[in-house]
Amino acid sequence: MNGAFLVRRNAEPALLDDVAVVRITQFRTALLDAINDECRVVSFFGRRNGDRIELVAVVAEDAGGELGFLRTVLDAPRFESLTPECPQVHLFEREIAEQFGVEPAGHPWLKPVRDPMATKFFRVEGDEVHEVGVGPVHAGVIEPGHFRFQCHGEHVFHLEIALGYQHRGIERALAGGPSKKTIPMMETAAGDTTIGHTLAYCQAVEGLAGVKPPARAHALRGIALELERLANHTGDLGALSGDVAYLPAASFCGRLRGDYLNLTAELCGSRFGRGFVRPGGVQFDLPAERAGAVARRLDVATRDAAAAIALLWQTPTVMERFESTGTVETDTCEEIGMVGVAARACGRGIDVRHDFPFGIFRFVHVPVMTAHHGDVNSRAVVRWLEIQRSAEFVAEQLAMLPATPVLAAAPVRPAPGCIIASLTEGWRGEICHVAITGDDGRFTRYKITDPSFHNWFGLALALRGGEISDFPLCNKSFNLSYCGHDL
Amino acid sequence: MTYPDGTPPALPAHFRGAPEIDAAKCPDGCAVCAEACPTDAITGAGPNIGIDLGRCLFCPECEAACPQGTIRFGSDYRLAARTRGDLQSLAGEERKLAERLDDALRRLFGRSLKLRVVSAGDCNACASDVNVLSTIGWDIGRFGIEIVASPRHADGLLVVGPVTETMRLALRKTYDAIPDPKIVIAVGACAISGGIYAGHPEQHDGAAGIVPVDCFIPGCPPHPLTILDGVLRLLGRLPPGA
Repeated sequence: MNGAFLVRRNAEPALLDDVAVVRITQFRTALLDAINDECRVVSFFGRRNGDRIELVAVVAEDAGGELGFLRTVLDAPRFESLTPECPQVHLFEREIAEQFGVEPAGHPWLKPVRDPMATKFFRVEGDEVHEVGVGPVHAGVIEPGHFRFQCHGEHVFHLEIALGYQHRGIERALAGGPSKKTIPMMETAAGDTTIGHTLAYCQAVEGLAGVKPPARAHALRGIALELERLANHTGDLGALSGDVAYLPAASFCGRLRGDYLNLTAELCGSRFGRGFVRPGGVQFDLPAERAGAVARRLDVATRDAAAAIALLWQTPTVMERFESTGTVETDTCEEIGMVGVAARACGRGIDVRHDFPFGIFRFVHVPVMTAHHGDVNSRAVVRWLEIQRSAEFVAEQLAMLPATPVLAAAPVRPAPGCIIASLTEGWRGEICHVAITGDDGRFTRYKITDPSFHNWFGLALALRGGEISDFPLCNKSFNLSYCGHDL
Repeated sequence: MTYPDGTPPALPAHFRGAPEIDAAKCPDGCAVCAEACPTDAITGAGPNIGIDLGRCLFCPECEAACPQGTIRFGSDYRLAARTRGDLQSLAGEERKLAERLDDALRRLFGRSLKLRVVSAGDCNACASDVNVLSTIGWDIGRFGIEIVASPRHADGLLVVGPVTETMRLALRKTYDAIPDPKIVIAVGACAISGGIYAGHPEQHDGAAGIVPVDCFIPGCPPHPLTILDGVLRLLGRLPPGA
């Protein structure tokens, strides 16, 4: 990573003043150099600094486990867009423009991120070209979003995705925290990723406060994170099966997802992990006899899952629909900054648990699972591989929980004047929380980046050249969060 | 699953159902539970203490904060109510659970209820645990209840989420597209009161400000059993005394 950036590890704090503030021209050069030098943008956002707008970039160098911070203060309400040279910041720049009224000049498609009604859509003109609009209310129990297809018959030229229907004002409300409202907002930022987001938050405030959770808390957090992955991956494989009208695996997996959610409920009373992860550790301990019971139920569920999911690979009609559908090329995946399952399905071996190990994953290594075709099938295969690794991890941890308390004794009070980036690997992929504290230790800015923020454009590109009837299948194979994006 | 004729499915050890409040334990002037509550769901103090289940997230904060053990979340999963006022859980008073629909509506919907689900700012947890009712374990089809794609095919609307401003119009249009007579069920703290997002200008503090709500099912998210209990209660499909 080039010298302009202040380098920190995952969830390691820095004094904000130690992060260099450079001119926008240097900022651009440093950021573009870093991207050309194997770094990724994990977060890029604006904040108010006095009466001016400051931009903060956080980049990741996966191989070295390093996070780099750099700032610039804008002296004009516009700056030269980085998107033409660095497409992975396209949505971050749109967000900055929307939130702070500054213009990334030269941005190829500058429109709001969370105001779906107030925008024009990209349009393809020509004989027999037609437009299909879907949503925000969809034909199922699913979050709202609007999908605009430019088609010629079944053939999709272009898909534009307009989100913002789930915008509840989370980031705005987090400023001034931590407060008693902070944790419930973290738990519901993307409610199917309660553990992933709440853990990222807790790591951030623990890092800022210099508090270390006890070993047993790390193990229990890891178990909860992997149970969340097990439930969602299993549910997704079932839903993919349902989307190709193969009902046996869909039915089995629908039930098994519930079995995994019920194991999370054994930890804390809530199937979604509400009330479990707290600054300093976890709220509930898992006594040995219940840990044993959870391990036995996990074993049964995972053996059932193996049998149910094996049906997919053995069924030619399923394979025919999965293979070569919704392909994202590896180069494209890298260029647009995809993360998580969708990136690993393109052969990108990135996983926060491995590259920026946190909590229990500093001591126990979960292998990074990849596939190589970037299609629906690869995204399904990565999920199945990860189900096996997560189940092994949880079984191992349940059998060897450290004998310590589950909450740190020290209060978790963030230090003033700091910045911290906290990463976790949620079941969809990389979750990044960046907290900046003011003189009183309260958040002056709290930036959440759900993996979906990086990946929605990947779904749009996966549809190009495909058929409109493949959309539900492709959408499910990414299964991105609307609320995690909209916040 | 033998429920509702047989026993309901087992609930987990730390399950947080209807709160049990022992106001006799409250010392004068103590408000630690109210101060700990993220959604200000705790009303009154001392002998008049109560919890607004429409705002309650069923999180462990008040229970953990109270040194006397006044508030304890029990195992009663039955939470649905017909009016917002009936969600007020007061110390020493029995809660009024949802009454069934009137006879005319029960004749129409009692054995066949098609619901259109609209997600309007929810975090995907309420939606997921509504969705799970259609899986083979819960199988709401056995009651003639079905989640349908088109509002034109629906008898009612099930709303999750606080109703974001960006979804207000879509929710209203979906409601209008459902033929009369129709019912509306609000599931989860967000859809009832805005939940943790109450007061945010980006949302509308729940569904009732946009569409008339016939049944409120509290929780964050409610357990699938709580949701099923609420819907069956509304339809009068539960055995006597349940």
